[in-house]
Amino acid sequence: MSSVLYDTPGPRAKRRNVLLSVVFTLLLLLTLWWVWQKMDDKNQLEWNLWEPFTTGEAWTTYLLPGLGNTLKAAAISMVIALPLGAVFGIARMSDHAWVRGVAGTVVEFFRSIPVLLLMLFANEFYVRSSMGISSEERPLYAVVTGLVLYNASVLAEVVRAGILSLPKGQTEAAYAVGLRKGQTMTSILLPQAVTVMLPAIVSQLVVIVKDTALGGVMLGFTELLNSRSTLAANYANVIPSFIVVGIVFIVVNFLLTSFASWLEQRLRRSKKSTGAVIGDDPAEINPAAVRGTYGTGENAGGGF
Amino acid sequence: MFDFLEGYDVLGAFWMTVKLTVLSAVGSLIWGTLLAGMRVSPVPLMRGFGTAYVNIVRNIPLTVIIVFTSLGLADIFGVTMGAADNFDVQGFRLAVLGFTAYTAAFVCEAIRSGINTVPLGQAEAARAIGLNFSQTLRLIVLPQAFRAVINPLANVLIALTKNTTVAAAIGVAEAAALMKTMIENEAQTLAIGAVFAFGFVVLTLPTGLFLGWLAKRLAVKR
Repeated sequence: MSSVLYDTPGPRAKRRNVLLSVVFTLLLLLTLWWVWQKMDDKNQLEWNLWEPFTTGEAWTTYLLPGLGNTLKAAAISMVIALPLGAVFGIARMSDHAWVRGVAGTVVEFFRSIPVLLLMLFANEFYVRSSMGISSEERPLYAVVTGLVLYNASVLAEVVRAGILSLPKGQTEAAYAVGLRKGQTMTSILLPQAVTVMLPAIVSQLVVIVKDTALGGVMLGFTELLNSRSTLAANYANVIPSFIVVGIVFIVVNFLLTSFASWLEQRLRRSKKSTGAVIGDDPAEINPAAVRGTYGTGENAGGGF
Repeated sequence: MFDFLEGYDVLGAFWMTVKLTVLSAVGSLIWGTLLAGMRVSPVPLMRGFGTAYVNIVRNIPLTVIIVFTSLGLADIFGVTMGAADNFDVQGFRLAVLGFTAYTAAFVCEAIRSGINTVPLGQAEAARAIGLNFSQTLRLIVLPQAFRAVINPLANVLIALTKNTTVAAAIGVAEAAALMKTMIENEAQTLAIGAVFAFGFVVLTLPTGLFLGWLAKRLAVKR
C-alpha cells in the first residue's frame, strides 16, 4: 500500500532516503543515550536491581502470581460476559419493541460509562451488601463485575454485528424448512455468527487483560501491576520492574492479537464460512456500518 | 434529594475530565498523524519505528503507562513537566503526556485505515503531476483520509474521554477520583453512581452524535 504514495526511488530519492535514515537514527540514538544516561544517573542500571529477574524468586513470589490473577480475572470476566452479551445482542434484534428498547438502553448505558466507575461502584456495593464476600475476595469480585458489565455490552454489539453479517438466505432457508424463530437463532444463526465473531472476541480479551490493571491501582486487586509495586518496594528497582512488567503485558497481549489476526485470515480464506469476519477492533463497529459487512464473502450463501 | 452533592465540587471534577480529554485529544491527534506519516513513509527505518511504537504502546495497559509517568518519569527521572513545586499541576501534565502517548497509537491506526480508503488513482495522479511524497500526503491523501476517518476518530475520542478516569490512579482530581471519595463517605451510593454515570453519558453521547453527523456530511462521496 505504501508504495502507492511514492515511486521506486531514483538516485536522488535514494540519497534523500539515506540522509533521512541517518538523521532519524541519530535522533533515536540521542534519545536512547539520554534515557541511558538518566538511568545511569539514578542508579537504575546497577546489576543488583536487575538480578532478581534472572534468578526466579521475583517471578515465583511476585510476578507469576500477579499474572495469574490478571489472567484469572480476565478469563472469568470473559466467560460471564460472553453469554450475557449474546443475550443482549439478540434481544436488541427482537421483534418486540420493548425488548429491543430495554436491551438497547442497557447496552448503550454501560458502553458509555468508564470501566473504572463501574469497578469502584461494584466495590462499594459489595462493601455495603450483606452477600458475605470477604475483604480479600472483594477486589476480584469488583474487578470482574466492572469488566463483565462493560464488556458484555461491547460483546452484545459484536454479537449483533456477527448475526447481521450472515447472508439473509440463511434465515429464509431456515424458515422454509419450517424452523421457528428461536430454533433459527439457536441452530442456524448463532453457531455461524460465533465463527464470524471469533477474531473480535479474542481481541476483546486484550482489552479485558489491560483493564484488570485498573483494579490493581484503584482497588488493591493483586494483579500484575499491583505485584510490581510490592516487588519494587522489596528490591527498590522501580524502573526495571516497570520495564519487566511492561514486557510481560506486551508479550501476553501480542500473542492474543497475533492469534486473533491469524484466526481472522484463516476464516477469511476458509471455503466453508461465509467469509464475513468482524474487524479486529470492536470499538469501530457502528450500527450504520454493520449492514455494510453483509454478504462480503464471494461465496456468500453457498455455505451448506 | 441531591443534598449529598453539597460540599463536593462535582462540576469542577468533570471540568478536570474535560480539560484532560481536550488537551490529550489535541496532543494525540498531532502525534498520531506524525506516526501515521512515518508508517507510510518511504524511509524503512521510520516505518519500522512507527510499527514498533504502535504495537508496543497498544499492548501495554494505559494504567501501567499512567502510573509509570508518576512513579517512573517524575519520581525517578525527575521529569516534572515544568511544575516541580506544584504537585497537582505536575500530575495533570504527566497524565496528559501519558494519555497522548497511548491514544496516539490508536489515532495512528485510524488514520492509516483512512489512507487505505483513498483510491490508488489519486496518489498516482498526484505523482504524475510531479508531487513528491510529502506533498502527495499533505495535499492529496491526508485531507481525504481525515474525512473518511471521522467516525473511527470519534470512537477513539470517546474511549479517551472514558480513559481519562485512569488519571485518578496518580491523584488527579477528576470525576472518578471524586466519585471514589464520595461513595466512601456518603450513604447514597446508588444516587452518587447515577450522577457520575449521567455525567459521562452527557460527555460522550453528544460527542458521538455530533461527530457521526459530521462524518456523514464530510464523507467523500465516491
